[in-house]
Amino acid sequence: MPDRYKERKSKYTLDRGMPGAFEGETVTRRRLMNLAANGAGAVAVAAFALPALGFAIAPIFKRQQWTWQPVGPPSDFTDSDYVTKIVNLVPGIGEAGNSVAYIRKRNPAIDKEPEDQYNHFVALSDKCMHLGCPVRYVLAAQRFICPCHGGVYDFRGMVAGGPPVRPLDRFYTRVNEQTGLLEIGPRYSVNNELQRFSPRFPGEPIDGIGQYLYPAQFDTSSPPPH
Amino acid sequence: MPKIPAPPLPKALQPKPKKPSESNGQVPTHSAPLEAGISTVDWLDERTALSPGLRWLMWRKVPRGVNWAYTLGSATLFAFLNQAVTGVFLAMYYRPDVSGGAYESVRNINDNVFLGQFVRGMHKWGASVMIILIFLHMGRVFFYGAYKYPRELTWVIGVVLLILTLAMGFTGYLLPFDQRSYWATVVGVNINAGGPFIGPFLSNFLLGGADFNATTLSRFYSIHMLLIPGLMAALIGAHLYLVTKLGISAPPWLKPQPEHDGDHEIDQAEV
Repeated sequence: MPDRYKERKSKYTLDRGMPGAFEGETVTRRRLMNLAANGAGAVAVAAFALPALGFAIAPIFKRQQWTWQPVGPPSDFTDSDYVTKIVNLVPGIGEAGNSVAYIRKRNPAIDKEPEDQYNHFVALSDKCMHLGCPVRYVLAAQRFICPCHGGVYDFRGMVAGGPPVRPLDRFYTRVNEQTGLLEIGPRYSVNNELQRFSPRFPGEPIDGIGQYLYPAQFDTSSPPPH
Repeated sequence: MPKIPAPPLPKALQPKPKKPSESNGQVPTHSAPLEAGISTVDWLDERTALSPGLRWLMWRKVPRGVNWAYTLGSATLFAFLNQAVTGVFLAMYYRPDVSGGAYESVRNINDNVFLGQFVRGMHKWGASVMIILIFLHMGRVFFYGAYKYPRELTWVIGVVLLILTLAMGFTGYLLPFDQRSYWATVVGVNINAGGPFIGPFLSNFLLGGADFNATTLSRFYSIHMLLIPGLMAALIGAHLYLVTKLGISAPPWLKPQPEHDGDHEIDQAEV
């Protein structure tokens, strides 16, 4: 340690030989003024920067509403073929907010995931789980095929080939007792055992370590009421 | 050698002496407009003292052996200026309306606005030109070893500028809002979400929500024309300051030469 640091032991500015020092003070007026002016500047910057930053990142934390949209009477849907329905994911922006749901009746012979009130009908999202392109159901092959990079899914939406990292996302479904119509709820993601997860971006595997690498987002809708 | 006296001119051709009202009969050294310009510059310089700085910026020593590859940085700068100028004017006609207005406004620029197709073409193709030039510039700096001491910080700032330029390309691609730009953006945002831990949050920030929504386009527009260009302009300033301050590096094949006079000390200092 150099000597010049050792010499500055006294807490009094006068003893430390600082210019403009007064008897008995521990902080010079110059230093106090410096701190006050810089502190005031920092407060002024924070006063506009922090609200602006919060304004910009607020959508990350906004929870989605649970909405149900009718897609037709339950008798329209069979358990052997998909019916294509346009669903609106984001209202108010025209076609850019629309997506496609492939809907069929649950078939206990092939659908082995546990049944509950939200999957009497299976509704698959058309969003490819590689990078989000729209998949197309090919009846002859009974496969979902993605035009972008060749992702293929089988009849249940499980990955049959290509780059997708998990099965096709699904929508909650229910039959409305009042109207008698089948309704489509929010989207959710599934892992390879078809366990439900809150919606994730495509390209995020949620099996094993994936569910920790890609945690649930703040803006996802709350879990369904039981 | 004695000078032969000039023959006397006829009276009509002799220059007339100045009248007393005409600046004491002295002939001005410059023409009046030039004089006005000089006095204006003097007025400014007396108050700003800018001329030493400008001289420092513009009259620099350049090592021997520089070649056309050294102009790639300026070429990139001019591509940036082209993007800035055409972008500002495109913004006068563009409308970031997600329910069809954006596409319609770009179609209007292309089809109806005088020189619109040309200015939009300058912006669209200039974007590709800028990315090609910035990579060529980077290659020149890399293969000439110009990133080495003392120019590491110039390199680091340049790499940040490269990343920002690519971000400009990504955000600008969405703005025409046709099928291609929509799906390219969807795919790009999803690639970004594939980064563990922060990827999904960053994608949420880019989209302004969980899905592509009403504010996504205006978000991209704002990032494209305000946030990134401001950052880039500041960083280009720092980049150019460092280039001027540190001087241009000599080509790597140039051998160090003994200092023989003051004009060429740069050769030795830079090699």
